[in-house]
Amino acid sequence: MITKRIIPCLDVDKGRVVKGTKFEVLKDVSDPVELAKFYSSSGADELVFYDITASNEARNIFLQVVEKTAYEVYIPFTVGGGIRSIDDIKKVLRAGADKVSLNSAAVNNASLITEAALKFGNQCIVLSIDAKRVGQSWHVFINGGRQDTGIDAVEWAFKAETLGAGELVLNSIDADGVKSGYDIALNKEISENVRIPVIASGGAGKMEDFLDVFVCGKADAALAASVFHFGEIDIRELKNYLHLNKVNMRL
Amino acid sequence: MIAIIDYGAGNLNSVYKALIKIGAEVMITSDPIDINTCSAIILPGVGSFGAAILKLKELGLDIGIRENVAKGKPLLGICLGMQLLFDRSFEDGNWEGLGLIGGEIIKFSDPCLKVPHIGWNQLILNRNDDIGLGIGQGEYAYFVHSYYALPKEDDDVIFYTEYGIHVPAIVRKGVVIGMQFHPEKSSETGIKLLENFIEIVNKTEMNL
Repeated sequence: MITKRIIPCLDVDKGRVVKGTKFEVLKDVSDPVELAKFYSSSGADELVFYDITASNEARNIFLQVVEKTAYEVYIPFTVGGGIRSIDDIKKVLRAGADKVSLNSAAVNNASLITEAALKFGNQCIVLSIDAKRVGQSWHVFINGGRQDTGIDAVEWAFKAETLGAGELVLNSIDADGVKSGYDIALNKEISENVRIPVIASGGAGKMEDFLDVFVCGKADAALAASVFHFGEIDIRELKNYLHLNKVNMRL
Repeated sequence: MIAIIDYGAGNLNSVYKALIKIGAEVMITSDPIDINTCSAIILPGVGSFGAAILKLKELGLDIGIRENVAKGKPLLGICLGMQLLFDRSFEDGNWEGLGLIGGEIIKFSDPCLKVPHIGWNQLILNRNDDIGLGIGQGEYAYFVHSYYALPKEDDDVIFYTEYGIHVPAIVRKGVVIGMQFHPEKSSETGIKLLENFIEIVNKTEMNL
């Protein structure tokens, strides 16, 4: 049986992981490669590196991080943040990433999804949607959640599937950082209506939140950052807990 | 020396790095001469079947691969590289493959299934073989694909995985081996499988 996936997300700035971690086993908790190895050996199913760097100079440092990670880690990883063109995608895939995640650039230019899917295969094109509840529905936000596009998030998810995205990341702006659980309704609404896998993001605070988003939210994978980085949730314990609650896990 | 074929598709570096890590001598090449002189061939692949087979033909590698396999040189196809080993694929058209293993490549059709089949799924033994040595029943491998193989002979399937149906995960016909998942992304299980392949290559060299 296919398993649900647990995915730690690492924000990287100038080659260093931001949001400090406190793993005593690691010599350098801000080294993305070391942290990636640690998560891989702790049972993480995939990794996401999110480049929050603005300057071009620092982007090259980020590409070196991707390359080093590919040498050391034998689980799949996705790279996101600031990817705007086919050339950007080519660079991170060449550096060794397995997938890229597109966000604002795809909203501004939807044909980028199709172009990228045809060139690199839809399995490596992940569309990340920053969604926030507005009235009875969810809107797509861009530019780091600052700008409301007015686009309906559920419709955008359907469209992205048609355009060739291979996976969706649903990042709930309402739930992000609050640690009171994933946006179950958003995940369920989209996951039940698309045929591509859905990765829930934003809001994980405790182990039950993961169970909820898999069972009630119908997500295929769950992404989280701080609960893992700060050691609040241990990935192995989490996977054992989910397994005991009848969620398929790679143990 | 093991030759990883570069035909313009996919993430060759991950396969290359994983093989270096386990101590194999390996090169990335698209030159038919290297295919003739190497001790084994790896056909990786991410992308579409049609583009891949056209590129292999353009480079003269389809013939090169067939000739070397006929001489008994081990070949490992990974993901799309495994699908290319079969007779035919219906991915966006109707394409002739390398024809090294009998069967066709078709799309997942169950409307209840998410496609692509992405994630970790279990390897279930169909037949004992050296490639599967030390791999326990139900170990996990990382899959990413929308099409799957329908082999003519069940005996060519070493491991399968469950995704609505039995999906061939590792196939083998003589020196030709295919893995539908990505061993280079399948943690310790994947590394072990690559080591098994190297072991098969080493034994083959001694028999030549």
